[in-house]
Amino acid sequence: MTRGRARALVVVLAALHLLVLLAGFVAPYDPVDQARALPFAPPVRLHVIDADGRFHPRPFVYALVPDPATADGYMEDRSRRFPVQMMVRGARYSVLPGLESNLHLVGVETPGRLFLLGTDGFGRDLLSRLLHGGRVSVGAGLLATLSALLIGMVLGTVAGFSGGRIDGGVMWAANLFMAVPWLYLLFAARAALPLHIDTRATFLLLVTVLGVVGWARPARLIRGVVLSARERTYVLAARGFGANPLYLLRRHLLPHTFGVALTQAGLLVPQYILAEVTLSFLGLGVGEPTPSWGTMLGSLQQYDVLTSYWWMFAPAVALVVTAVTYHAVTSAVHGRIRLVTT
Amino acid sequence: MRVVFRYVARSLITLASVSVFSFLLLELAPGDFFTDLRAETRVGPETVEALRNQYGLTRSPLARYWQWLQSFVSGDLGFSLAHRAPVASVLWVRAGNTLLLTVPALLVTWALALPLGIWAARRRGRWPDRLCGGATSTLLALPDLLVALLLLLLALRTGLFPTGGMLSPGAEDMSVTARVRDFAAHAFLPLCALVVTTLPAVFRHVRASMIEAAGAPAVQAARGLGIRPSRLTLRFVLPLAANPLVSLAGLSIATLLSASLLIEVVMSWPGLGPLLVEALLAKDVHVVLSASMLATGLLVLGNLAADLTLVGIDPRIRA
Repeated sequence: MTRGRARALVVVLAALHLLVLLAGFVAPYDPVDQARALPFAPPVRLHVIDADGRFHPRPFVYALVPDPATADGYMEDRSRRFPVQMMVRGARYSVLPGLESNLHLVGVETPGRLFLLGTDGFGRDLLSRLLHGGRVSVGAGLLATLSALLIGMVLGTVAGFSGGRIDGGVMWAANLFMAVPWLYLLFAARAALPLHIDTRATFLLLVTVLGVVGWARPARLIRGVVLSARERTYVLAARGFGANPLYLLRRHLLPHTFGVALTQAGLLVPQYILAEVTLSFLGLGVGEPTPSWGTMLGSLQQYDVLTSYWWMFAPAVALVVTAVTYHAVTSAVHGRIRLVTT
Repeated sequence: MRVVFRYVARSLITLASVSVFSFLLLELAPGDFFTDLRAETRVGPETVEALRNQYGLTRSPLARYWQWLQSFVSGDLGFSLAHRAPVASVLWVRAGNTLLLTVPALLVTWALALPLGIWAARRRGRWPDRLCGGATSTLLALPDLLVALLLLLLALRTGLFPTGGMLSPGAEDMSVTARVRDFAAHAFLPLCALVVTTLPAVFRHVRASMIEAAGAPAVQAARGLGIRPSRLTLRFVLPLAANPLVSLAGLSIATLLSASLLIEVVMSWPGLGPLLVEALLAKDVHVVLSASMLATGLLVLGNLAADLTLVGIDPRIRA
């Protein structure tokens, strides 16, 4: 893997997260706003040449009206053009808690609609839902990874550093967690949560559950690293000079674990995103109307949606792209870390 | 013999701890099976209390765990409140359906992955290897969920395969051959989904361990003696590579009851997957508990089988 390619991958990954983070600004509409008259509208077509054959440098869209020829199809109303504009005022969204804005990257004037990825069964803009849903799914993945790594790091370090009975106990518990099949563990942990609570609470609890379920693997790996680092000669020397345990941990042992922790993070994030998507898909995660990639994919369980509206697969594409980018970045970073440490 | 005993004892302890652990997790959940009934205006609160009393839900957690354990050991596997029957009567049927799907899938996966892996390892770096490598990394990037949905889409679009269920309605009246054919048509797509999602990992392990074994001194010595490449691969490299593969096979057996859950839900296969989701949504605790125990038991058993096989075939472990 060349340096340039690794760097490009990191940029792509950062761009993905930025898009999701700035969902309110990038998305043209509110994710729960329903255009009741336009359920399952296909992605809008951008035009530069109008009905009279004239060229317009600024792309424009036509409004959609039901097609009388088919039962549920749409056709374009060519009588009026809606030029695509940048930096328009639209639905309010919160940038941060307490800070609201209504500025959107792109938009069109109101009887026109800029459904760049079409709409779902309630006439909600799919692109807006995808971006806001990414906030939930990717956010859950990141937070769950953070909590799993934190627990794994603390327990793994303690186990590897103290050895003996503590080590035995922690590793026994880790093996126990790894003995239960992953999906069953997830289900059992999910069962420990109340079914009907508000979205924010569900989200936080879900993240905690995911994190708690996944601590065992990182803990085992980090314990191994600490265990081998503990016996290195310079650590023994430092101990001989009377270094206290905290100093040893901070200065000599923990720096060794960062590489492992980073690669584990890169592997865990896509796994946890998928876990959140799976739970929400099954109706056990974040509920409607809050979008998440899982709840959005859940509508594909209806056969007519699955066969008729290809744009409903957009969350799946987003999921795969995110996972692939994460894996590529992880393997690039893993290679570089190995180069540095050996 | 002592090794065997130690493995078995360790497995039993694991199982017992898993049951306690799962029970505690389920215990954390607020509400129980009858909570939803309380919202019903026609049912008075005293009726709900009476029902909870009747099914022992008001007893202490310890007493309820004991109740479940007794029932589990006696073979009833607990009492399902949703089905009003012992869990065993529901669970065994569903687990059987899951196995009807996963066992053939496991056999197909290994039957494909083993020769493919050996072939790719022998042609290492050449086009067959590259082709297989590219294909498996693509497949690895696709989540089970998506594979199942895409195959379902294929079935609905082409109309070649029946969707949902295990048998067509009215299959009871068919002749045996017609029933088998009907079953095969229903099972084909879930089977494909399962093979597609499990094949890449197995293939990669086979390839990696074959390549590693091919570099061993014993193999090089044999090559120096002028042994034919095909005989070299099958009689020298393969036995050397067998150790990690046996462990992996054990793991494959171990996931027989858990690998297909999601695919079953998407494709409406009447296995453990849909049962578990329903039980979770209804807070039918004993079903969740016993199903987890069954799956964990199989996991432990699969690993145990792999370990014991290794003790049998690998002289280095016995020593």
